[in-house]
Order: sequence, then structure tokens, then C-alpha cells
Amino acid sequence: MLHFYILLPFLAALLIGMFAKKVNRIHTGWLVLPIPVVLFIIFCLKLPVLAEGKIVQSTADWIPSLDIQLSFYLDGLSMLFSLLITGIGSLVVLYSIFYLSRKEQLTHFYVYLLLFMGSMLGVVLSDNVFVLYTFWEFTSISSFLLIGFWFYRDRSTYGAQKSMLVTVFGGLSMLGALILLSITAETNSIRMMIANRSDILESDLFIPILILLLLGAFTKSAQFPFHSWLPDAMEAPTPVSAYLHSATMVKAGLYLVARFSLIFSGTDTFFIIVSGIGLITLCLGSFLASRQTDLKGILAYSTISQLGMIMAMLGFGTGTAILAAIFHIFNHATFKGSLFMIAGIVDHETGTRDIRRLGGLYTFMPISATLAFIGAFSMAGVPLPIFNGFLSKEMFFDSSLKLEQTAGLAGTFAEWIPILAVVGSIFTFVYSMYLVFGTFLGKQNTDQLEKKPHEAPIGMLLSPIVLIVFVVVVGLLPNLINEPLLAPATAAVTGDLPHIHLAFWHSLNTPFYMSLTVVGIGTLLAFTLKKWQPLYNRIPGKFSSDHWYQTIVNGLLRSSKSITEFYMTGSLRLYFSIILVFLVVSTSIFMYFTEGFTISVDDLAPITWPEVLVGFVMAVAAIATIWMNQRIAAIIVIGVVGYGLSLLFVFFRAPDLALTQLIVETITVALFLLCFAHLPKLKTSDKAISEKLIDFIIAVSTGALLTIVAIASHSSKSFESIAKYFVDNSYKLGGGDNIVNVILVDFRGLDTLFEIAVLGLAALGIFAMIKYRDKGDMNQ
Amino acid sequence: MQSRSNDLILKTTTNIIVFVILAFSVNMLFSGHNAPGGGFIGGLMGAGAFLLLYVSYGLKPVHRILPINFNYMIAAGLLTAVITGAGSFVLGVPFLSHTFGYFYLPLLGKTELATAMLFDLGVYLTVIGVTMTIILSIAEDKIEKVEEEGN
Repeated sequence: MLHFYILLPFLAALLIGMFAKKVNRIHTGWLVLPIPVVLFIIFCLKLPVLAEGKIVQSTADWIPSLDIQLSFYLDGLSMLFSLLITGIGSLVVLYSIFYLSRKEQLTHFYVYLLLFMGSMLGVVLSDNVFVLYTFWEFTSISSFLLIGFWFYRDRSTYGAQKSMLVTVFGGLSMLGALILLSITAETNSIRMMIANRSDILESDLFIPILILLLLGAFTKSAQFPFHSWLPDAMEAPTPVSAYLHSATMVKAGLYLVARFSLIFSGTDTFFIIVSGIGLITLCLGSFLASRQTDLKGILAYSTISQLGMIMAMLGFGTGTAILAAIFHIFNHATFKGSLFMIAGIVDHETGTRDIRRLGGLYTFMPISATLAFIGAFSMAGVPLPIFNGFLSKEMFFDSSLKLEQTAGLAGTFAEWIPILAVVGSIFTFVYSMYLVFGTFLGKQNTDQLEKKPHEAPIGMLLSPIVLIVFVVVVGLLPNLINEPLLAPATAAVTGDLPHIHLAFWHSLNTPFYMSLTVVGIGTLLAFTLKKWQPLYNRIPGKFSSDHWYQTIVNGLLRSSKSITEFYMTGSLRLYFSIILVFLVVSTSIFMYFTEGFTISVDDLAPITWPEVLVGFVMAVAAIATIWMNQRIAAIIVIGVVGYGLSLLFVFFRAPDLALTQLIVETITVALFLLCFAHLPKLKTSDKAISEKLIDFIIAVSTGALLTIVAIASHSSKSFESIAKYFVDNSYKLGGGDNIVNVILVDFRGLDTLFEIAVLGLAALGIFAMIKYRDKGDMNQ
Repeated sequence: MQSRSNDLILKTTTNIIVFVILAFSVNMLFSGHNAPGGGFIGGLMGAGAFLLLYVSYGLKPVHRILPINFNYMIAAGLLTAVITGAGSFVLGVPFLSHTFGYFYLPLLGKTELATAMLFDLGVYLTVIGVTMTIILSIAEDKIEKVEEEGN
């Protein structure tokens, strides 16, 4: 049945695409809404099955010869993500019904959104790595389409292109990793790979596999230094930002790391890369978030930082850390989704998202403001039992402290990790406060706003309310979701079921003191924000990831352009030189290494004086052609070579060839004369002496090479000639004495057939070229 | 072309020589199987005969007496060759299988007839068509140009 769940959004996208225009009485969103809701309910009904430790799976053949099966399975981790995708998907669709006016291209929007939903479900449910990759790229493409939804805006297309380039770069690296994995583990199924864990860990390809795979995960999850696409993706409509860029797609990278963590977890390389990058992203993202002035910009950097935190916990790899990571994935989806929706509401009701122009909105929109306060406090980890963010942050501190007990590198760095965690959290606190206080409290400047602010319609508030209810309920009663949802998910990542009871109040332990420190320093910094904010301007732009992205993209464009311009000059002379030089170099290298050059004189015919004489005349004529100053003279001198050749044919007893050569040469010369009469006089060469010298060297070496090849190939005949057969059978089988002609029309008649076809084509080509060319052009 | 002088000697010799060349060309075609020659050289020779006519009489008069479209001749030649080759299918042998035999014909006596001859005829016609098409296209174009410039 899993196939059908994944197929459903795709089918719906098809139907919506075809029929939505027909139903123009109601908003298209209402047609879409049942799909994620139904899927959400179906997935919820599977929860008891998972709680028993079983998994749901189904398989169908796709490309059996390559061992690529559409095999899907639903374990705890997939379940968590499926519920997020369908649950938040439903809320986002509901929100978008009120957010997007019916003047927008709604059909496009919902088709892209359903495509995204289906492919995201495919990513989290796939067992076959190549199917996983297929859906992975589908999410990149549908995300690209959604970011560029307002395609007439430059910023949108820029953001869409940037996210496409970054995520597809990562996706392709991931494909490389998956191919290497499937070679090393000799299977395409993720579960079989986990079973063959030791093969992968002991293989020489371990490091490349890990790095390529993590490149995929880091680009998708906007980790340092690939985070810069996420802030630019904020040009998408707000429902998209809430759905893709906070709750689902950016977590695909986390899913990937979690999914493969049973293979890699516990190795030092995995820890150092994943935790290291995660912590850097955490600190950098939260540090840069307070610099933003756009509400969605703040939220984008906040997402980056929170994803970094989860990534760091996945890297720790201990049971507590994984549970905390899973818990935070859930929590982040709830509060970040609601915050995005509220940012959208503020934008919708005031006409701006610029925090410098907003302020004091609490009196106008009390419900939104309350929701925003709860969401932001949860994000900041304010130590109150009603915020789920606090619980997971506490667990983060706790897991960072417990690393000392683990062996290997993790133990070595153990002292530093809590400090980094606290630093990152302090800034998280600062931007959360900056976000809500800057928007909803302080001075009112309604005169600067385009619209008079007022509370949003209830339909728009419904989705953030539901999410905030989750924040509070999970904050109060975390064990409500622990048993059915978080424990199976943790079990899927670590391999055994955790027995951790989530509770708000442990005791006065170190993590709690860390939280207090965060709140203390954070409050101080938040109050003095205006004083130290100018410091941001001191950071040179060179260090930003945006700057690097631009430098790389521009550099690639410039260098490929200059490389192309370097050799694609349009000069035929240059192309011809390149072709000849390549021919000479490659052939001579080949002959040198295969020792292909041999001379044997066993098989040579005696040379007679007439042959020498004709050959000499031909050589002189050929050389003389170069010095001719007039075309006609050159043509006639070339004619000498042709007639000399037909004489040679006579000497070598080839009468048919001699006759043909004679007539063809005559006609060629006549044609040359006809055509060349139109051309201007030959210019006396004004080329520099060095260019002439290069031409001379290329020409001589080509000639020398071909001579050597001819001699060598004559001297090293490997097989008897088949000519004897023709001589013997020409009369018997072909009924003719003229062996040449019998070969041409009988033994090898097919060649002749196509040669006359070539002639016919050439004639028709010339005919068409002359008769049907544009007469206008000719007169110019 | 109007200013052409009356090349009486050229035209008279052409009248005779054209037939000699044509006869030689046909001879080349027929004798090709046993002596140097064949469809290709024969065809080039034949084209030479036609060319001589065009050179001495000009384009329009020759068009009038010999209303041949040489484009069609290419098609005819290729068709002859293909049909000859395909004829072998009738007897259930591979494409382009040839056969020959000796027959007593009236006037000629014992004669060798080979299907390869028909194939060579295709080559012959194609080569004439090709050569003439190329040269006439270029020549007619030059004349049109001269006329345009004259006008």
C-alpha cells in the first residue's frame, strides 16, 4: 500500500493540473486539502503497528535487471518524517488557501506543491538507494519551481537558480556516493547495506563514500558552507517557505544522515565532519540571523542554525543525542512552521516584512503576536515547561556534555563542544527576541506602512494555532509523542529502543545552568542589540558564503568563456592546424609505444625510369603549387599532379583507374576553373614568418608521419591478400574477364550502389544550392 | 550567347564527333565486363559527348532538340541499380546477387548476358545525370547572371 500513498500526490497533481481550471467556483486549495489530510490519517493509523517494533513494507519491480526495485518501507524514522510531511502539508495547504489570492496561478502552485509532497514522501520511504535518489532530485526540481513561482521577479529566479545549482550539485555527489555504496555493499537496499556495514567500513572507498554522501546531505540541509541558498529561497511564497524551507525539504539532508547513521556512526571521520560542520553552522547561522532586517531572512538563518544543531547531534551518535535530534526535528517543524506563517501574516496585513518599519503590532494583531511569542520563546529555549524547544535544547546540552565518556575523537573534543553549543544558543536567544520584540512591541509606526494593520482572518490563523498547540502540548506532556513516535524513530537510527523518559524537570543539573547562562547573556545582548549591531558591518563581505558562491559562478562562466574563445576563434586555419597536430601527436605516440614502425624491403617491386620521372614531375608540380600567385595557375599545376597520377596508374597496370582518373581530373579542373573564376585574386600572403614556419612544420610533420605509416603498414602485412580469390573466380562466378569491373558490380556491388547514390546526392546538392539560393543575398 | 560567332567548323566536326564519342561510351559500357571500361567511365564519356553539344550549340538549342532533364536521369539510374539488386529477391537469393548465361540471339549469335550489365547501366545513367546536372547548373547560373547584369 505504501506505493499508493506515494503515488497519490502525483496522481492528484495530474488531476489538479487537468481539471482545476474547470472548477472555478472555489479556491483550488480546497480540492488539494483532502490529500495530505487523508495521508496524515492513514499514517497515524499505522502508529500502533510501529510502536510494537514492526515495520510496514511493500515492493514492486521497476528495473529488476539492475536490481532497482520500488521498495518502500515505513519504520520509525520514515514515520516521523511522513507525519511531518503530510501533517504540516495539510496545514500549509490550509494556510495557502487564505494566503494566496485567486488571481495567482493557483494551478501551478498546487501542482508543484503536490509534486513536492509526493517526492518527499518517496525520499523518506524508499529503501532502494536509486529510488531514493530519484525522489531526491524530484524534490530539488519541485522546490526550484516553487521558489521561482513569481517568475517575473528577478530575485525569485535568482533564488531558484541558486538553490537548484547548490542542491543538484549535492544531489549528484550523493548519486556518486550511492553508486559506490551499492558497489561496495553489493546491494541497492539500504537495509541490506546496514546489514553489510563491515564491508563498507573496511573498504578503501569508505572516505569518498562518506564525503560524497555528506555533500548531498549538507547542500540539501543548508549546512555551512552551502547555506547561502536558503536565505535567497525566501523569495518563494510564504507557505512554501514554511513547508519546504523549514519543515520538510531542508530536513531531507538530516534524514539522509540519520538513515545512514547505522552504517557510519561511531567512526571518527563521521563524527568530526558531521558534528563539526553542524556546530559551525549552528554558531554561524545564529550569529548572522540578528543581522537580517527581513523577517523571513531572520527565519531563514534561524533555520540554518537549528539544522546545524540537529546535524551536530546526529554526529554525536549517542542514544541521548539521537533522541534529542529526533525530538528537535519535530519541535523545529512545529515552531518554525508557525513562525513562518506568522511572518506571512504580518507581511499580508501590513505590506512589509522589513523589521525596521514594523513595531508595536501587538495592539493590532494580538492573536498573531501571542502565537509568535510562544513560537519564538520555544525556538530560543526559554526555560518554561510550555515550550517544547526548551526540552530538546536541554537534551542537546545534556548530550554535548556526555561526550567525554565516549572514546576516540569525540572524547578529545568533548570540552569544547558544550561551549560552542552555549555560544550558538545565546545568539539563538538574541535573534528570537529581536524577531518578536522588534515586530510586535516597541514604537508603532503605522504611518509608514502601506496598509492599516489588522488581525488576520481566522482561516489564516488556524494553521499557526494548530502548530502552537503542538508546541505547548508537547512542551507540557513530552511523553505523549515519546512512546509512539520518537522512540521508534530513535530505534531506527541507533538500532535499539531507547528507554528515556522525557521530563521537563530533572534537577538542578549542568544543562539547566547552561540554559540559565544562555538566557542571562542572551537577555543582556538582546537589550544592547542596537549598540553592537554596527559590528556586523565590520565583517568584510569576502567571508560570506554568498560572495563565494558568486565568485565561483562568475569565475566558471568567465573561465569557460575565455577557454572557448581561446580555441573557438572561427578561424578554419586554426581548427585545421589543431586537427593535424592532434593526428600527428596521437599517431606518433601510439606508434612509438606499440613499436609499430618497421621497414622491410623483401616485397618491393623494381623501380623503372618512367615511374621515377613521372613521380619527380608530380612532386615538383605539387611543391610549385604553393608558390603560385594566381588561382588559375595553381589549378592547372594541380592538374599536372592528377594527370601524372593517371600515368602512374598506366605504369602500374590499372587501365580502368587510369581512364577514370583521366576523365575525372579533366572534369575537376574544368569545375575548378568555373568556380574559381568568381573568386577574388589570391592575396599575396601577409602572414608573419613565424606563422608560416608553424604551418610549414605542421605540414612537413603530417607528410612525414603519413609516409612512415604507409611504409610501416606495407612492411608489416599480417595476412595473405584475398586478391587471389577474385582472380580465380572472376570468370567462373561473375562471367567477366575484367576483374576490377566484376568486383565493382558483382562481388562488391553494394559499395558501387551507394557510391552512385553519393554522386546523385552531390549533384542534387549542387543543383539546389545554385537554383534555390536566396537571390537577394547574391545581389548584395 | 547572342554575340556568338558562327562556329561552322566546330559545329560540323561536333556533329560527327559526338556520335563517335557516344558510340565509344556505349562500347565502354558493354565491354566493361571483359575489357577495361564499365559504367562509370562510359557514363563520363557519354557526358563528354553531351557537353560537346552544349559547348558548340549553346544551351537553348540543345535543350530544344534534347529535352532531357538530367535530374530525372540520376533517379532513373539509381532506380535501375536498385531494381537490379532487388530482382535477386524474386529468386530467393541475397540482395545484389548476379548471374549470367550464354544465349543465341538473332543478329548477334552466341552472346553472354549478365544481370551485372543492368546494374552497370544504372551506374552509367547516374554518372551521366550527375555530371550533366552539376555542369549545367553552374553554366545556367552564369548565363542568368550575365543576362541580369545585361538588363
